[in-house]
Amino acid sequence: MSVTILIPTALRSFVDRKSEVEAEGPTVGEALANLTAQYPDLKRQIYENDTALRGFVNVFVDGTNIKKLNGLDTPLAAGATVMIVPAIAGGC
Amino acid sequence: MLKLSRRIETEIRQAGADAYPNECCGIMFGSEDGDDHAVKSLRPIVNARESGEQYHRFLITAEDMMRAELEARRLGLEIVGFYHSHPDHPAKPSDYDRDHALPFYSYIILRVAEGRPELMTSWRLRISREAFDPEPFEIEP
Repeated sequence: MSVTILIPTALRSFVDRKSEVEAEGPTVGEALANLTAQYPDLKRQIYENDTALRGFVNVFVDGTNIKKLNGLDTPLAAGATVMIVPAIAGGC
Repeated sequence: MLKLSRRIETEIRQAGADAYPNECCGIMFGSEDGDDHAVKSLRPIVNARESGEQYHRFLITAEDMMRAELEARRLGLEIVGFYHSHPDHPAKPSDYDRDHALPFYSYIILRVAEGRPELMTSWRLRISREAFDPEPFEIEP
């Protein structure tokens, strides 16, 4: 099952400057695993360890944050659009 | 190098003054050319931190970022960075800024002292995440 993963500008240098990449997988977690298998340098940027995403990394499936769905176990329909989105914070 | 117009610089300074004593924040849309970023427009964002923390913290939620990413793509632009103010603090990144930043993006910091916008600086986080480096910027008429 193929889905489209949209890549934010900050991470494009790890995916050959592409703004979107096709990946295979029946769930978000498996599609991201397939993505990082294609682009291994991306893995340490978005994963805290082998299984958990970094705190600032959010993933949306067709506009809905997977935190409101089933997390990395969220199922994907063929043709779904997956977005990797960083939350941004700071202060003095 | 970060390039922006005088109009955009004025918008950032005004946002800092308007938000004082709290921090303002927003997203910069533009284009990249090698290591250079050119800012074309701003998307002011409502600081999502709880009101009692906004004097020294800002948050752009993942939902705001998701909408901004889609808007940038529709416009044929990219998110090239972010701006925020430091009320009554120097225009330098804090440890908190570093812990929550990403390489690639340009980070503009505006010092606002007693409500008046003062020094504006821009920074890039190293790939190693160890430190920010100052980023020169050019204001075009």
